[in-house]
Amino acid sequence: MSTESQNLESLIQRNYTAGFVTDIEQETFPPGLDETMIQRLSAIKQEPDFMKEWRLAAFRGWQRMKEPHWSIARYDPIDYQGFSYYSSPKSRSSVGSLEDIDPKLLETYEKLGIPLHERAALAGVAVDAVFDSVSVATTFRETLAKAGVVFCPISEAIRNYPELVRAYLGSVVPPGDNFFAALNSAVFTDGSFVYVPKGVRCPLELSTYFRINAAKTGQFERTLIIADEGATVSYLEGCTAPMRDENQLHAAVVELVALKDAEIRYATVQNWYPGNERGEGGIYNFVTKRGECRGDRSHISWVQVETGSAITWKYPSCVLRGDDSVGEFYSIAVARNYQQADTGTKMIHLGRRTRSTILSKGISAGHGHNAYRGLVRMGSTAQTAHNYTQCDSLLIGSAARADTFPVIEVENASARAEHEATTSKISADQLFYCRQRGLTEEEATGLIVNGFCRDVLLKLPLEFAVEAQKLLSVTLEGAVG
Amino acid sequence: MNLLEIANLHVSVGDRPILRGIDLEVPSGEMHVIMGPNGSGKSTLVQTLAGSEAYTVQQGQVRFAGENLLGLKPEERAHRGLFLAFQYPVEIPGLGNALFLRTIVNAVRKTRGLPEWDALDFLSRSRAELEQMGMKPELLERAVNQGFSGGEKKRNEILQLRLLEPRLALLDETDSGLDIDALRTVAQGIESMRDAHRSFLLVTHYQRLLDHLRPDRIHVLANGQIVQSGDADLARMLEKRGYDWLLQEQRA
Repeated sequence: MSTESQNLESLIQRNYTAGFVTDIEQETFPPGLDETMIQRLSAIKQEPDFMKEWRLAAFRGWQRMKEPHWSIARYDPIDYQGFSYYSSPKSRSSVGSLEDIDPKLLETYEKLGIPLHERAALAGVAVDAVFDSVSVATTFRETLAKAGVVFCPISEAIRNYPELVRAYLGSVVPPGDNFFAALNSAVFTDGSFVYVPKGVRCPLELSTYFRINAAKTGQFERTLIIADEGATVSYLEGCTAPMRDENQLHAAVVELVALKDAEIRYATVQNWYPGNERGEGGIYNFVTKRGECRGDRSHISWVQVETGSAITWKYPSCVLRGDDSVGEFYSIAVARNYQQADTGTKMIHLGRRTRSTILSKGISAGHGHNAYRGLVRMGSTAQTAHNYTQCDSLLIGSAARADTFPVIEVENASARAEHEATTSKISADQLFYCRQRGLTEEEATGLIVNGFCRDVLLKLPLEFAVEAQKLLSVTLEGAVG
Repeated sequence: MNLLEIANLHVSVGDRPILRGIDLEVPSGEMHVIMGPNGSGKSTLVQTLAGSEAYTVQQGQVRFAGENLLGLKPEERAHRGLFLAFQYPVEIPGLGNALFLRTIVNAVRKTRGLPEWDALDFLSRSRAELEQMGMKPELLERAVNQGFSGGEKKRNEILQLRLLEPRLALLDETDSGLDIDALRTVAQGIESMRDAHRSFLLVTHYQRLLDHLRPDRIHVLANGQIVQSGDADLARMLEKRGYDWLLQEQRA
């Protein structure tokens, strides 16, 4: 067994292919966080007064809050004054016109496999590209506009659709919801805004690609998606960052609102830089994601593939307010080297006959530590509501760790919650068996992991399922001894 | 020509010596059988040949088709045509048997310069083999060996043998735990794979599997050494008289 774990140590090496830095002139605020900085940020973004006041109120609330430490993650105190809260490529002109975009930015996204020119773009996918604090391009806007769909950077939405923003921003995740949500509300810079009008089935897959480039910068994106009555939309976000020795902070807020008969599918492929094999560097990914099924028969589905970040603290949740509404959470989370992932979901059942499904696959390798943390609450009004939860953990090597913290609260006797959990380990015997059949150790691991994750991979939009599968294989390359 | 040549092979588990100088040659096209009392080192021999890291080669040589076998990784041995039907096939939860089978077949075909099978090739070929092995089609949909009965696991091993078409098949107590019908199916699955270029090395305790096959040589392994070799009659004699007379003869 000891030789097995030694091999494991020496084999845990991987190339993080998205780790390059784009050499581009950027306008970056000096480090520091105070009201003057927030006013300056709001002014640069030419925001209406209500927005500035909203930010300042959030900031004052945040100053009275304490950083939460109930997750499994262990880390040194974060110096919030040490970050810069705004960084934008200098050459950027008006957003949305691809002709004017700096070629270095196009090249960056090209290298990441996200061509922004519409002729080269993935068929059927509209992309919003966010580089540090700003959106640098949004593709296929005209096609979407014809269908009445609004897909634009949120900073633009604040100027062009202030009524929609005012009505919905913070209505699912209020500024005072938690420490990181409050911080985000005060300093959020960009992110995507989506509005799909009544009865419209969004003709394209929408996607946002987040890139952190500048050093010592926090990225605070804010995404708001509204599906009006009977509307349908599918959205995917991807994230990468350069390899840097110091930790970087990413504190996002995502709010989804599904009105009557609406459906939102939200998928994430999170591949922020995870730090090196000694646990140095990497992104702190402290994210609040929540969707509200506000109308009857509405449907919200979260799918996430989390392979990056040094620390992940993330619980995409559903508030099932409408009768017969449905919430789903499908997750694959990988923690390797010294990554720590504390992730899961909350399903809050309020409406009658509401249903939810939770399917979580955690993979821990090296010294990685994965925790599933979940809450299923059946409110007193949730007549015959139903939840099904399955949490599976896969351990690779003897130093890896997995925990499960499920909480179930039932206030209505007619509601039902089912929970199943398994833990398995890739054993030396399994690997030898596969190798005897002609597979290398890495092929065998990839095959077993993909088998383990299959149920969730099937939930990803087809175009991305293949990518996610590749990402999993690359991520776990050499993770087994 | 000898496909497999073992010379003075010493193998230990930790500090404990198991094999103490094995000499064995298996020519192309022949079927050889290893018999012997429990704990004599039969499984150690085939596991070592397959490259299991649980065993340490202390000295000796093994040549496979003229090449130094002991210098190769387990998967390289498989690529060159060495196959082991495990005594205790391992379960791999979550991994579909069909996906597993197709992946291993293509991994091996690729290294042999053969065209890979697409999903349709695989389906038609595996269905035929499944029927030959008397296996239920749903065993393709289940996770590898998970929830398989003892007999189903053994059949699944021979199914893999048939799909991978190795040059040397090592069969480790493939007959144990099989009822009479299953034994016949498995034996037919093995027998119909015999040809002039493929060799077999079987580990077994019983004559009953050999009744269905026509082995060329029988070797008796005791205390880590081959103490007697002979033709198929030797197995029948052992079935009748056990091993004691042989071991006593050795001591005399």
